[in-house]
Amino acid sequence: MTNSGYTVHVENLTRMFGTFKAVDNVSFQVKPGEIFGFLGANGAGKTTTIRMLCGLLLPTSGKAIVAGYDVYKDTEAIKRHIGYMAQRFSLYEDLTVRENIEFYGGVYGLNRKQIKTKTAELLDYLKLWEHADKLTASLPLGWKQRMALSTALLHNPDLIFLDEPTSGVDPESRRNFWMLIYELSEQGKTIFVTTHFMDEAEYCHRLSIMRDGKIVELDKPQSLKQKYKADTMQDVFMKVVQKVEA
Amino acid sequence: MNQILLSIIKKEFWHILRDPQTLVIILLMPILMLFLFGYAITLEMKDITTVIIDHSKTPHSRQFIEKIRSTDFFNITGFNIPESQIEDIFFRRQARCVLVIPSDFASDLQTEMRTKIQLIIDASDPNAANFINNYFAQLSMRYNNENNPRLAMPFSVEPRIFYNPDLKSDYFFVPGLIAVLILLISALLTSIAIVREKEIGTMEQILVSPVHPVQIIIGKVIPYTILGFIDSILILLVGHFWFGVPVIGSIVFLLFALVIYILTGLSFGLMISTITDSQQMAMMAALLSTILPTIMLSGFIFPIKSMPLIFQYVSKIVPATHFLEIIRGIMLKGNTLLDLKVQLGYLFGLAGLLILVSVRKFSTKLE
Repeated sequence: MTNSGYTVHVENLTRMFGTFKAVDNVSFQVKPGEIFGFLGANGAGKTTTIRMLCGLLLPTSGKAIVAGYDVYKDTEAIKRHIGYMAQRFSLYEDLTVRENIEFYGGVYGLNRKQIKTKTAELLDYLKLWEHADKLTASLPLGWKQRMALSTALLHNPDLIFLDEPTSGVDPESRRNFWMLIYELSEQGKTIFVTTHFMDEAEYCHRLSIMRDGKIVELDKPQSLKQKYKADTMQDVFMKVVQKVEA
Repeated sequence: MNQILLSIIKKEFWHILRDPQTLVIILLMPILMLFLFGYAITLEMKDITTVIIDHSKTPHSRQFIEKIRSTDFFNITGFNIPESQIEDIFFRRQARCVLVIPSDFASDLQTEMRTKIQLIIDASDPNAANFINNYFAQLSMRYNNENNPRLAMPFSVEPRIFYNPDLKSDYFFVPGLIAVLILLISALLTSIAIVREKEIGTMEQILVSPVHPVQIIIGKVIPYTILGFIDSILILLVGHFWFGVPVIGSIVFLLFALVIYILTGLSFGLMISTITDSQQMAMMAALLSTILPTIMLSGFIFPIKSMPLIFQYVSKIVPATHFLEIIRGIMLKGNTLLDLKVQLGYLFGLAGLLILVSVRKFSTKLE
């Protein structure tokens, strides 16, 4: 375990797929308790970066320390300390809400008693008691996303990776979801979130904009807006992209 | 560790029970196939279409024809056609053999040592031609014994047939079919169970948790071993009670061997799942790689000893080769496990090897 004071510490991280550089020499640090945003178009390399940090994909080169562990050597330790919510809804649709929570509780090594209290806690929290024994497939997408987030938190990780958690969700549910993220941040958890919604980018403490595998901007949303003399993140994003193309 | 394994097993059972349609298919398909193949595949021949040309037209020749008519092997479809039409009849598939009784048949039978009649066979199916020839030789020998007492036999062979006295081909094929179906079902079950999770994306969520690949694999294999075992028992029951295949040896031995064989199939399915990404690919791979070698190379139909040497070696790595010897040995001969230790050893080895390879190949990374 190495301690640099950062929750995530990345230096010159690169990932090739054949001759294609999906992530190109990326460096950044995430502080404890921060909401760190990754903004970029589809295919910019956000998901690949997240997958490398979660231990799902080996980097081609570069350095990455996550929650104090090296992504090359200690992926098993990383997996115990992080929560991860994939881009695609990845709970079991043919299992009930309760069964999904019980399954993931078991997978993270919780004992029977812990699973029971955790399940009750989560159902309370998600206000899903009356749907607890319905198949997950029957829930609206907004609820499914909240459920996915809660199951990612079952083992109480300090660092949570969210890969486009709100894609396909209506604005109301998106707002509710971000309230959850803020609550978690207030509890001292570090959130690493990718998105392609510009309004969501404003909610992040710090933001990096990715393009073609590279990080082209990294700062607080407010500072970025000042730097580019823009009113909204939408404008910032457009200007950043144009600047790179020019 | 145990809690994790238990959770995976429990979840796998939920999947199985939530999908009753698939469950019914899994349980009924092998039985349907057993009925289908059990009736379709047979080596027994009957109803051989036969034309008889009787130049003799004597009580003797008619008595001989009556003998032929009384078996269900020959089916007489024509009489006394002109000999010039014989080839035409073969061409139009109206008969598979033509019997020509010469005009001096009756007199020869009484005066000469040898009586000649002619049998013309369509040998475009050489196996069938052989059968016809043998059957007819037996028939005529019996007739000779009855009607030409002067014919002295130097010696005669009195066969006694062990283990399948009626030479029923069901006894041979039903155990073989059991071997094919069990391997197919078990390979299909596991390969689809894993590839489905890759396809819908749930595998990603499991891989990001601290679960060990061995736990995932064992957690998947145990439920399907039970399912495969239930399937095997159903197939055995149909084989025994419907097709009348006896179980002379110990049923406990048989079930024990079955479990090992199922494990071989399941671990083969695991291996398929590590190299395919879609359920459809996995299904095709499982079908092709289990059915073909099992039918062609295991001794299910074609005897291994008459294959080219290279295929004889290949047959050693086909699990069904060894299981067939075990199941035929136990069901028909009453072999004990001790008699079958070599075959069991092979089966154990293959199962172990396959599990080892698939655990190694099963990656906790997404690629």
